[in-house]
Amino acid sequence: MEQLSQILIPVLCLAAIGGVLGLLLAIAGRKFAVKVDEKTAAVRKCLPGANCGGCGYAGCDAAAHAIAREGAKISICTVCGDEELKNIAEIMGVKAEKSVRYRAQVMCSGTPELSKKKYIYDGVSDCRTAVVMGGGDKICPNGCVGLGSCVKSCVFEAISIVNGVAVVDYEKCRGCGTCVATCPKHIIRLMPYDSTHWVGCCSVDKGAVTRTFCEVGCIGCRKCEKTCGTGAIKVDGFIASIDYDKCIDCGACAEVCPRHIIWSEDKQGRGRYIIDPSDLKASGSDA
Amino acid sequence: MTDILILMFSAVLIENYVFSKFLGICPFLGVSDKPSTALGMGLAVTFVMTISSAVTYGVYYLVLEPLKIEYLETIAFILIIAALVQLIEMFLRKFVPALYSALGIYLPLITTNCAVLGAAMLNIQEGHNFIESVIYGFSSAVGFTLAIVIFAGVRDRMRMSNPPKAFRGIPIALVAAGLIAMAFSGFMGISFS
Repeated sequence: MEQLSQILIPVLCLAAIGGVLGLLLAIAGRKFAVKVDEKTAAVRKCLPGANCGGCGYAGCDAAAHAIAREGAKISICTVCGDEELKNIAEIMGVKAEKSVRYRAQVMCSGTPELSKKKYIYDGVSDCRTAVVMGGGDKICPNGCVGLGSCVKSCVFEAISIVNGVAVVDYEKCRGCGTCVATCPKHIIRLMPYDSTHWVGCCSVDKGAVTRTFCEVGCIGCRKCEKTCGTGAIKVDGFIASIDYDKCIDCGACAEVCPRHIIWSEDKQGRGRYIIDPSDLKASGSDA
Repeated sequence: MTDILILMFSAVLIENYVFSKFLGICPFLGVSDKPSTALGMGLAVTFVMTISSAVTYGVYYLVLEPLKIEYLETIAFILIIAALVQLIEMFLRKFVPALYSALGIYLPLITTNCAVLGAAMLNIQEGHNFIESVIYGFSSAVGFTLAIVIFAGVRDRMRMSNPPKAFRGIPIALVAAGLIAMAFSGFMGISFS
């Protein structure tokens, strides 16, 4: 009996304290109840809830409040698809603008076989730390460090390191831009989801210099610029860049690029394909 | 009366929770970006600590001790503190929404602020009576507020300064915290015998 009470008393006592406190909280909860704005709550339901911060607000709750009450544009959420956007537009009583879905793209093709290193990095596995040491182990000042700071930053788990270079899974990527801000090399860019061409390089060094350390660096030869029928691709400071407002995804630039860094992808290959160095050598990239 | 004053003085300055007992370091580093938020956090902690000191005193001497289950002190105190924090959260959300959103995640974190639990348990350990307990809880929290506001002021200035790259952010903040703690250790020489 005594043993039983030794167990029962503490248990009952704690339960009683918990019960009283719970009751108090329940009463207080009723008394201090805050009316949640219906509109805000409805908008919040349509938002993805990843709290990625891509919209510039503190999180999805803050963004919902801004949309519902502070007159922010309904399209501030880059993660929302057309479906969600339509729902929000319905709640707000405005017409849905056509949203452009963006995806992140790592603008570097320099796998370890193709891009030379200047030293062996053996420190903390974090790009930002590595970059403090002489800008990372690659000679190229604008090459992917490959230690995966972007991988850790992505709340959608869309990025992985494949063969030493970060690769974005396009289906998972919602274009929030967190990785763009995280990358210490600033080589991740957002591009329209539907565009299938991009320049896989960020090297702004002179062509001859780029040639010394990377097999797949843009040398600024302007072949793509001359080939482009719509004037979408421009070479500025030894690096080609595509203006997606003008690009029609014809792929002419990709065909003439001697360095094979203008990527041309069909939908099936997206996100899984990484440049194969043997292919490159065979097709004569040294030219 | 003098006893009470001495208790207050030593709780605020000599045995400052942050700088000599090293309790409550998490909010001390987390919410000390702006003096205004730091003050808000300090006030919230003061509120919780004062009330929790009173309530835990009552629970300990009226419930736990008569039933001879003093060993449940930690778990019971945590329960009470958690409930109090919930209460203050509801209260702030209703009446001071600005402070509520400024404190953000740190408000529920008061639950795990060891300073609050520390005050409640030290009250029992040191054998304070009810008045002393409340005064001790209150003045320890004032000491915490003082520490966090001073530190927020220092960090505010530090933002303008130009420390070496490797020290920027948290590292230099920790160095500053260490220096303030060293300054506070000057109070330890004071005794009232």
